[in-house]
Amino acid sequence: MSRPFLEVKDLNVRFETDDGIVQAVTDSSFSLEAGKTLGIVGESGSGKSVTSLALLGLHRTRSNAKVTGEIWLDEQELVSASDADVRGLRGGKMSMIFQDPLSAMHPYFTVGSQIVEAYRVHHPGVNKKVARERAIDMLARVGIPQPARRFNDYAHQFSGGMRQRAMIAMALVNDPKLLIADEPTTALDVTVQAQILDLIRDLQAEFGSAVIMITHDLGVVAELADEVLVMYGGKVIEKGPTIDLFQRPQHPYTWGLLGSMPRLDREVRDRLIPVKGSPPSLINLPSGCAFHPRCPYAGRNGDRSFTEVPVLTGGVHSVACHMPPEERNRLFQEDIAPNL
Amino acid sequence: MVAYLIRRLINAVLTLLVVTLVTFGIFFMVPKLTGSDPALLYIGKTADKVAVEGIREKMGLSDPILVQYGKFLKGIVAGRDYANGPDVQHCDAPCLGYSFKTEQEVTPLLMDDLPVTLSLALGAAILWLIGGVTAGVISALRKGSIPDRAVMFIALAGVSLPIYFTGLLSKQIFVNWLGWLPEGNYVPFLESPSEWFIQMLLPWITLAFLFAATYARLTRANMLETLGEDYIRTARAKGLTERIVIGKHALRSGLTPIVTIFGLDLGALLGGAVLTEAVFNLRGLGYQALQAIRGNDLPVILGVTMIAAFFIVIANLVVDLVYSAIDPRVRLG
Repeated sequence: MSRPFLEVKDLNVRFETDDGIVQAVTDSSFSLEAGKTLGIVGESGSGKSVTSLALLGLHRTRSNAKVTGEIWLDEQELVSASDADVRGLRGGKMSMIFQDPLSAMHPYFTVGSQIVEAYRVHHPGVNKKVARERAIDMLARVGIPQPARRFNDYAHQFSGGMRQRAMIAMALVNDPKLLIADEPTTALDVTVQAQILDLIRDLQAEFGSAVIMITHDLGVVAELADEVLVMYGGKVIEKGPTIDLFQRPQHPYTWGLLGSMPRLDREVRDRLIPVKGSPPSLINLPSGCAFHPRCPYAGRNGDRSFTEVPVLTGGVHSVACHMPPEERNRLFQEDIAPNL
Repeated sequence: MVAYLIRRLINAVLTLLVVTLVTFGIFFMVPKLTGSDPALLYIGKTADKVAVEGIREKMGLSDPILVQYGKFLKGIVAGRDYANGPDVQHCDAPCLGYSFKTEQEVTPLLMDDLPVTLSLALGAAILWLIGGVTAGVISALRKGSIPDRAVMFIALAGVSLPIYFTGLLSKQIFVNWLGWLPEGNYVPFLESPSEWFIQMLLPWITLAFLFAATYARLTRANMLETLGEDYIRTARAKGLTERIVIGKHALRSGLTPIVTIFGLDLGALLGGAVLTEAVFNLRGLGYQALQAIRGNDLPVILGVTMIAAFFIVIANLVVDLVYSAIDPRVRLG
């Protein structure tokens, strides 16, 4: 039996800091087939960015970071691979679009030269002229007008949307099989956000890449993702096909996320329902279910919520919650769904 | 770009003009306020009245202050004649007047001292730039390691210890005890490059140590900040080797602030490194200034001040131009 294109098994990422050990990601497992899109949602500090950086092996340069588990990309295991092997894949077979393109691009080098650099590091035999043509071609593909002229501009001379397009051109210049987009639209105007998402979707169709879309915006996930992973306190607490997850969300935290999402078809007088409380400290996670301090239903399960870590169960659409499935379904139908 | 350059040059000239105004004002008003007579300073207190009046007339000391200042400026730009009847003395441009003490022209006096100061400042600058920046980069890349701690400890010592301590100590060790370097005096480069080098070695190292310490700390801080930038993460995410990530992407931004500080430090030192020159008996501008201050030799003090101001203004201009060349975000205009 062959593995999925990307398979992550029991991924753990921890950082040793002066304040203690930060358990940023705990026992995360998920997989993704080529050409599909996985959405990872969660609050700040839920472990979604740390997970994506772990896929690229970018924690390796941090001496205080420890990554364990397995990451299989196209039948190749990455956690135990050598630095040089992972570096060879980075920017080539797998690449990443970052959140804020202004700070993610070098201020002293032209945008074009940064794309050329990304191309040539994975195509060592290619001369500068060919690489330049390739970069200009990529700038044109992502919809930058006058690409040959913009090639010589610096990141600060681009508008926000154009900058993110250039960032995407840089990420796609080597035809990556896995593209990770870490909140690619957060720093952009709403009108530009839609353009960028369309662009990513079109390019995905064209290149056939697998895409991981990291976001706190459920609207983005609903629009782009085939599957969704909900993370909380460094753990995957719910995952499933997008439609299923939006129609029948299982975890009280997911209910909270959906309830706090503004919707046009909602009555104006209805107020948004925020998830009460704040995200847990990753140095000192709450005992048992990490969500219990914020969960309105924690008391219903006896002591289990406070002492026992819930396990992700349930097949295609799975959830990590101590509540019995029947009770969860009933609660959702009666209390939650009418208010969403 | 050209318009910017012209504007900056005009600015530089104006700045120097203000410097002349202020220094001239201070140095020629002070004797008036304290009741001492410049003419007496020239000729000595025992001279007879006729001679004093002669000097006063010749140096133009009885003119109104603005006329004196005008003549002083004209002297810098075009040279001037000091005349008392048939007794005419011509002073070539840039004329900075005559020393009270030696009655020599100030300009050639200072020009004789300039090579010494240039040798000291440029040699030390090369040393501290290479030493300080290298130490700072290594420190940043190995943050928290033993080499990092060692470099930072030495740098702290370098910043805290004054030149007259490190200078005299190194002189005692390397010249008197070990005998590795000769006790001696400055030898012009053109006379004997090897002698010049040997004589300058200890002053260079002493002066460079002080600056290298500052540069090491500054470089380390800049590099650490740069290494935390998003674009360094992007560079790694592209699959670039650590060598290129550090050597190209991180150094480029980490060292840019050093350029500014380096230009200004060098500019300031070219006006004379008083302590180093005094400790090592180097007859440079700083030494000259020290002598002039001790002897109340106002024209020489004025001259040294003018030269120092000139170098600082030029250094500022060069730094701004270089900065705009290396940081594309700085727009000229």
